[in-house]
Amino acid sequence: MSLAEVEITPEIVAEHGLTTDEYQIVLNILGRAPNITELGIFSVMWSEHCSYKSSRFWLKTLPTSGPQVIQGPGENAGVIDIGDGDTAVFKIESHNHPSFIEPYQGAATGVGGIMRDVFTMGARPIANLNALRFGDPSHAKTRHLVSGVVAGIGGYGNCMGIPTVGGEVNFDKAYNGNILVNAMTVGLARSDKIFYSKASGIGNPVVYVGSKTGRDGIHGATMASAEFTEDSEEKRPTVQVGDPFTEKLLLEACLELMATDAIVSIQDMGAAGLTSSSVEMADKGGVGIELALDKVPMREEGMTPYELMLSESQERMLMVLKPGREAEAKAIFDKWELDFAVVGRVTDTGNLTLMWHGDLAGEIPVAPLVEASPLYERPWEPTPKAGDVDTSIPADMSMSEALKRLIGSPDLCSRRWIWEQYDHLIGGESVKTPGAADAAIVRLPGQKKALAATTDCTPRYCFAEPETGGAQAVAEAWRNITATGATPLAITNNMNFGNPERPRIMGQFVGCIKGMTAAALALDFPVVSGNVSLYNETNGVAILPTPVIGGVGMIADAALSVGLAIPEAGLSLILIGETKGHLGQSIFMRDLMNRTDGAPPPVDLTAERRNGDCVRQLITGGHVAACHDLSDGGLAVALADMAIAGGVGVTMDAAPSNIALHAWLYGEDQARYLVATKDEAAVLAACEKVGVPAQRVGISFGTALTLPGGDTISVEDLAHTHDAPLPNYMAGASWSA
Amino acid sequence: MKTAITVFPGTNRERDMAAAIEKASGSKPDLIWHGESDLAGYDLIVVPGGFSYGDYLRCGAMAGNSPIMRAVKQQAERGVAVLGVCNGFQVLTETGMLPGVLMRNAGLKFICKMTHIRCERSHAPFTGSLNQGDVIKVAVAHNEGNYFADEDTLDRLEGGGRVVFRYSNAAGLVDATTNLNGSQRNIAGILNESGNVMGMMPHPENAIDALAGGVEGLKMFAGLAGTA
Repeated sequence: MSLAEVEITPEIVAEHGLTTDEYQIVLNILGRAPNITELGIFSVMWSEHCSYKSSRFWLKTLPTSGPQVIQGPGENAGVIDIGDGDTAVFKIESHNHPSFIEPYQGAATGVGGIMRDVFTMGARPIANLNALRFGDPSHAKTRHLVSGVVAGIGGYGNCMGIPTVGGEVNFDKAYNGNILVNAMTVGLARSDKIFYSKASGIGNPVVYVGSKTGRDGIHGATMASAEFTEDSEEKRPTVQVGDPFTEKLLLEACLELMATDAIVSIQDMGAAGLTSSSVEMADKGGVGIELALDKVPMREEGMTPYELMLSESQERMLMVLKPGREAEAKAIFDKWELDFAVVGRVTDTGNLTLMWHGDLAGEIPVAPLVEASPLYERPWEPTPKAGDVDTSIPADMSMSEALKRLIGSPDLCSRRWIWEQYDHLIGGESVKTPGAADAAIVRLPGQKKALAATTDCTPRYCFAEPETGGAQAVAEAWRNITATGATPLAITNNMNFGNPERPRIMGQFVGCIKGMTAAALALDFPVVSGNVSLYNETNGVAILPTPVIGGVGMIADAALSVGLAIPEAGLSLILIGETKGHLGQSIFMRDLMNRTDGAPPPVDLTAERRNGDCVRQLITGGHVAACHDLSDGGLAVALADMAIAGGVGVTMDAAPSNIALHAWLYGEDQARYLVATKDEAAVLAACEKVGVPAQRVGISFGTALTLPGGDTISVEDLAHTHDAPLPNYMAGASWSA
Repeated sequence: MKTAITVFPGTNRERDMAAAIEKASGSKPDLIWHGESDLAGYDLIVVPGGFSYGDYLRCGAMAGNSPIMRAVKQQAERGVAVLGVCNGFQVLTETGMLPGVLMRNAGLKFICKMTHIRCERSHAPFTGSLNQGDVIKVAVAHNEGNYFADEDTLDRLEGGGRVVFRYSNAAGLVDATTNLNGSQRNIAGILNESGNVMGMMPHPENAIDALAGGVEGLKMFAGLAGTA
């Protein structure tokens, strides 16, 4: 029996992840029962991963406009204006489920997918970043997952020749069964050479380029839309295998073709492959597309229309060419030794029409397929308000011992072991490399100006108070860009949550969106692209809500940017922003006092804006030798970071008398920065003039960090304590600070 | 001076190399696609870094058998200066133009960092303004940079003054603690017997800019610029 004759039973419908109600809509749209290929197409198009059916209602509330925005959400990537006819094209995307099942390939293809999204728009990628969450270091799988994910990210990005310049990593037992691998790419394009996915021109050829299609990844999108159970590893065959070499060729070939004017539109084949690319192109253009599936380059024999439409083989693109330009385009792809096949044409039927050796293999009206895509306003309930937390500590607790434990802890220790596996220097434009500054700085080739980029989220804040956590993630990305001297411009977001059918989880999603919206508005930091990953649960246990923010900014002259290393002795360290000593949800309370209750630090967006704008002016005005934002671990950890990076000591001034010493040193009040400066008086005066709280907290001096009261640790000791834990852990040692 | 930079499918540091040579010499190198078989008329041929043919068989193995490498070999035999960097060094060993092999790093991981190399001998045109004992800070970025050759070959290299660079620290110390990838005798760069072919793993082309990577690599290219 051929697949075309497969009888569509309720079991087959259920296996395709469609509910009874959703299947009824399929019947209504077609006016008949679908064949198996058509059912597969509805299944992937209406999966959570492709349709955003649980999240769309709320995503639409995010601010997405601004004078800098050229293209907001809805295309392969967002586009912003960075002046002189240049644009930055960027997006973040998750590859969580595949990375848990097969860490190297899962992470590698995540990186490959996001780069494809960016160069599909006509942009040459110039920077990769990532945001990673792993389980407890003591969990049996964590070391293996860290090792595989990092190698996979490096393996793909290094071969592509795109520097991986930034990222963040957290460890928490909430990710034991669902790690998060979010990859971000930033590219450059000229504003008059941006490519979109809207198909047009009845009769125009539809062309397939890149790798051949195999059976890999079939139903990857539906896998990414279901909870994990213990047998999820049996789904390993649905993880795609990446080939960065082919993608490098595809990048060069596409950019070479894009330099001509032969392309009408282009779309990469990501999740749901040929299905989603053809449907999206047709839908955006309000046209039909007819595909002769037997013309698709195939890697394996005996493939069926069903498999061809659902395969997630990597490194493939679909494009509509201007008529008569096929030979010119083919010559370019021949040169790069890539497959090139005319597989169809644009039609006026409004249908996705699938042909197989001259016979009709399926036909679906595109507009109803897209418009009838389910949209759920899922019930949600808010996270209960957190109470006050007891922040007392033992009277004899040593503040310097606390600092050493914190800077050697899983969340705060040096990430050098990770980023040395990423080629962060290729391109020769990496002005601020990992660990050197709060955001990566990558200069535009041949220009003075540079882009700043960062990824940020504090999941424990989001869990305790989703709205505050959502706002804080946006604010921290804005702050990290500001701390280099760059002006924040726009963000991309990666919403990683549990099962949205559970009201508490949906409430986390809604709260985070609300907080992000408020912060994005207050900071003029609109969302231009993004991705949602739901059902990050295993056996009913959800991850912490993790709305990762990828921020991009610009600085007019890369030479004006600053890092966090204290360059010399004799500088004043000025703390900018108000310190109340908020310890709720701090790393100090969690890691040293085992307290995870209480509310996170409040986010005052007016203060964020005012303080950040002041700091940026001080930096670009040349008053600042080094700058670091205060985040996890507060003042003492920030000072230690700056001292370690510069190899210079700091002697702290006396602590204020109205705040407990541990709250002064380790509290995580927001909207704060530390700057090192020669011009103490000028910095304090500039802050006072705009009503920004500022005070000196120490001077750079000698080779040790001296805490208030005289407690001293050598910078060498600090550096070793900071650097050693991750390599030791990865070499097999249990975690010890 | 006329410079050719070879480009294989998967080469990815050709633009960095071209920028460095242009900065040092004032003239733009030609990027030559791997299918070409004529390299006459060039004063310098550079085989740059990357993942030629994906490095799927063995690093540099496929590129070593490409048409353009036959042309590179011909020109080298005529005395033209040939520089292979990173994947280019791997390709030159695969063609037999340089002895030894580059194995997987001893730590079994890709390594990207700024590191120091000590110049073991001043040798025109490759070492530019560097003198014996000078230390420069350059980038490394490789997974297979662990230089291996048998003891006889190593002794011949040493005896002929053909070891040009070794991994060191800033003070020029060469020992196990400064050997980042397990290379025999800390070797980072070597010459062929006639002295006109050099291979090295580090990337001086990523150390030509005060803001990004520093300028110590320029000391090397200052010499290459004068090759004509």
